[in-house]
Amino acid sequence: MFANNSNFVQGVDTAFYLIFGVAIFFLVMLTTIMIVFVIKYNKKRHAHAVQIKDSSTLEIVWTTIPIILVLVMFYFGWEGFLPMRRAPKDAMQVKVIAKMWKWTFEYPGMKQSDTLMLPINRAVKMNLFSKDVIHGFSIPSFRVKEDVVPGKNNYTWFEPKIIGNYDLFCSAYCGLSHSYMLALVKIVSQEEFDKWLAGLPVKKAEDNNEGFKILEKNGCFSCHSTDGRKIVGPTFKGLYGSKHDVMTDGVTRNITADSIYIETSIMDPNKDVVVGYPSGVMKSYKGLIRDKDMPKVIDYFKTLK
Amino acid sequence: MSTEYISFLEHQGKYKGIRSWIFATDHKRIAFLYMYAIASFFLIGAILGLLMRIELISPGETIMKPQTYNGLFTVHGIIMIFMVVIPGLSAVFGNFFLPILIGAKDVAFPKLNLFSWWLFMLGSILAVASQLLKSGPPDTGWTFYAPYSTTTGTNVITATTAAFILGFSSILTGLNFIVTVHRMRAPGMKFFNMPLFPWAIYATAWIQLLATPVVGITLIMLIAERLFGIGFFNPDLGGDPVLFQHLFWIYSHPAVYIMILPAMGVITEIIPTFCQKKVYGYKAIAMSSLAIAGVGFLVWGHHMYTSGMSEQARWFFSLLTFLVAVPSAIKVFNWISTMYKGSIDMKPPFLFALFFIFLFMIGGLTGLILGSVATDIQVHDTSFIVAHFHYIIFGGMGFAFFAAIHYWLPKMYGKMYNFTRANIAAVALFIGFNLLYFPQFLIGIQGMPRRYFDYPPRFQWAQITSTIGGFILVSAVILMITNLIIGVRRGAKAPANPWNGTTLEWQIPSPPSLENFDEEPLVKENPYDYK
Repeated sequence: MFANNSNFVQGVDTAFYLIFGVAIFFLVMLTTIMIVFVIKYNKKRHAHAVQIKDSSTLEIVWTTIPIILVLVMFYFGWEGFLPMRRAPKDAMQVKVIAKMWKWTFEYPGMKQSDTLMLPINRAVKMNLFSKDVIHGFSIPSFRVKEDVVPGKNNYTWFEPKIIGNYDLFCSAYCGLSHSYMLALVKIVSQEEFDKWLAGLPVKKAEDNNEGFKILEKNGCFSCHSTDGRKIVGPTFKGLYGSKHDVMTDGVTRNITADSIYIETSIMDPNKDVVVGYPSGVMKSYKGLIRDKDMPKVIDYFKTLK
Repeated sequence: MSTEYISFLEHQGKYKGIRSWIFATDHKRIAFLYMYAIASFFLIGAILGLLMRIELISPGETIMKPQTYNGLFTVHGIIMIFMVVIPGLSAVFGNFFLPILIGAKDVAFPKLNLFSWWLFMLGSILAVASQLLKSGPPDTGWTFYAPYSTTTGTNVITATTAAFILGFSSILTGLNFIVTVHRMRAPGMKFFNMPLFPWAIYATAWIQLLATPVVGITLIMLIAERLFGIGFFNPDLGGDPVLFQHLFWIYSHPAVYIMILPAMGVITEIIPTFCQKKVYGYKAIAMSSLAIAGVGFLVWGHHMYTSGMSEQARWFFSLLTFLVAVPSAIKVFNWISTMYKGSIDMKPPFLFALFFIFLFMIGGLTGLILGSVATDIQVHDTSFIVAHFHYIIFGGMGFAFFAAIHYWLPKMYGKMYNFTRANIAAVALFIGFNLLYFPQFLIGIQGMPRRYFDYPPRFQWAQITSTIGGFILVSAVILMITNLIIGVRRGAKAPANPWNGTTLEWQIPSPPSLENFDEEPLVKENPYDYK
C-alpha cells in the first residue's frame, strides 16, 4: 500500500492485507451465491419452493470457520500494534504540546519548533501534552496515532525510515479550526538535524507570564488571538489603552479599553460588545478567573503591544 | 371475518380530526405519528448532509465558514442518530407490527406508548431549538466529547437535554415492548413460535432499557459540569476526559445494535416471504439476536483504542469485538441459505433486502479493520470510519427501513404503490449510496481525517465523487417518497395478503381494524410455514 516510511508500516499493513483479503473473499463469494440463487431460483424458472430442513452440521461449520478466522485476524492486529507500546529506552524524547489549533514540538534543551524535524533511523518518543481539549496526534504515513488528552501522559513512538516531508494531522475534533491544526514532519539526515537543532531558539518568555497562563488555562486564546488575527472575538494585540466602538444596551459608544473595561468584558461579556461582533457568544468567567488574579491578567494585556 | 369491519384509519374514537391522532393510544396510529415525524427529520438531516457535501467539493471555503460546518455535522449527527435511526424501526414498525405479529390487540401500555411519542416530540423540538437559539448550534460533534463540550460557548446544554429526553422516550418504548412480548402473546404462541421480527425487537428493547440510562446520567453530568463547575470530566477541575468517553460509549455502542437488530429482523421477515420458503436456521437467528445484544454491551472500548487506554483493555475490547462479528455473519449465511431452492419473486421489498445484505456485508467486513487494533489506529477518526458507519447505519438500517415500508405499506394503508418506480428508486439509491460512501474508505486509509472543513488537494477526487453520489442519493430518496405518497393517495386497493406471506399480519384485512384481530388468530407452530 505505502512505502516503508516507519518501523510500524510492515506490521500494520500485514494486518490490513490479511483482513482485506478475507473480507473481499467473503464479499465476492456471498454476493455471487446470492446473485446465482436470485437468477436460478426466480419464480419464472422455479415455480415451487423446496422446503429444506435445517442442518446442524452446516450451522456448526459456518459458526466455527468465522470464529477461527476472526481469532487469526485478532492475532495479527494485536501483533502489529504491540510494538507501538514498546518504546526503546534510549529513544530521543520530544514533547508535543497541542493547543487550539497549533502544534509545538519541544526538543531537549527547551528548544521549540512548529515543524517536527527528526533524524532518519532513530527511535523517537513523542510525549503528548494538551493545554486545553483533546487533540489527536496523527501521522498516517508512519501508521501512528494517539490522542493528546489533557491531564494524561499519553505517548507514541516510531522510527522514521525514509527522508522526506509528511503530514501531521489533528485527528480528534477540537473546535473551530480543527482542520487547520496541521504540522509538517521533516525527516532529514542526522547531520542536518544536529545543525538545525543547534540553530533553534530557546522557548519564549511569554509562556512564563502569570497572566498568560491564566488566560490560556481558561481557553481564551481559542477565540482571541495575540497577533492581530480576528478569530471569533477581537484580538488582544494592542487592546490595552486602545479606543473602540462598543454596543451597550443597544447604544453605540466609544470607550477606551482600560483595566475596568477589560474586567467587565471578562466577567460580564455581553454588557459592552465591540461593534461588528455578535453578542451572546462568550460566557461569563465569573468564579473561573478569580478577582485576585485580575491584576496579573491586566499586566499581561499591557505586554501585548 | 366479522361483519362490522372498520379499518383503524376510519375508526371514530373519542376525538376527531388532528386530535384523533395526537391523543391516539392505538399502537398503529402512534406508529404513523412516529413515521411522519421521523420522515421529516430524516429529510432535514439529509439536506444538512448534502450541504456538507457541497462544502467539501473543493478544498478551502466553498459555501460556508468553518463554524457553520462544525455546527452542521453536529446537528446532522444528533438528528440522524437520536431522532431518526435509534427510534426508526422500533418506533414505527415495532409499534405497528410487533403486537400484530404476536397476535395482540395492542402493546401492554398504550397510554405510556403515547407518552413516549410526546417525549420524543418534546426532545426533538428542543434539539431543533438548540440550532436556533442565539448562542449558535452546538459544535461538539454528536459525541459531545469533553472537555471541549464543557467549555464551548454554543448551545450544548439544550442539545444534551434534548438527547436526555429522547433517551427517556426510548427507555419507555423498550419497557413497553418487553412487557408486550412477555404478557400479550396470543394463546398458543410460545417464544419459539414468534416470527423473527418480534425476536429482534425484543432483543433491542432490552438494550434500550438497560443501556440508555447510562447516557442519560452522562449527559446530566456534562450539564452539571457546565452549570455548576462540578469537575467530572475537565482535568482543570480535577476530572477525567476519558471517563466521558467510556460512559458515552457504554451506551452508544449498544445503541448501534438498537439501530441494526430491528433492521436484521425486517430482512428476516422479507426474505422468506419473497422466496416462499421457511427461514433457514430459525433458532440460530433468534439466538444470535440475543447474543449480539448481550456481547454488544462489552465492546464499547473499540471506539477508544487511541485514547491512551491500558494495553489489557485494548486487548480485551479487540478480542470481544471480533467475536461479536460472528453472530452477524451467521445471520447473513442464514438469509442467503433461505434463498436456496426458493421460488423468488423480485418485488421491490426483496430488491431492497438484497441491497441491504450487500451493503451490510461491506459495513460489517470493514468493521473487522476497526476491531483489529493495529489497523484501527491507522483509520480511527478518519473518513474510513465515516464510510463504515454509514454503510452500517444507512446501508443497513436505512435500506431496511426502505425495505420495510415497501413490504408493509399495503398493510398499513390498504393501498399499493407503483413497482417500476419503486425499483428505479431502489437502484438509484444503491448507486448513489456507493458513489457517496465508498470513496471515503479509500481516502480514509490514506489518512483523511474526519470532521475536517478543509483538506489537502490530493483527496479532492474522492470528495467530488462523494458529492455527486450525494445528489443522486437525495434525488432517489425524493423519487421513492413521491412514489409512496402517490401510492397511498391514488394507488390500487391492496389485498389482505399481497405477497403471500404466512405471518399473522397477512391474515387480517388491510388496513387492520382497531383491535387487529376480530377473531382469535390462528397460531402456527412455525411462523414461516410455506407448503
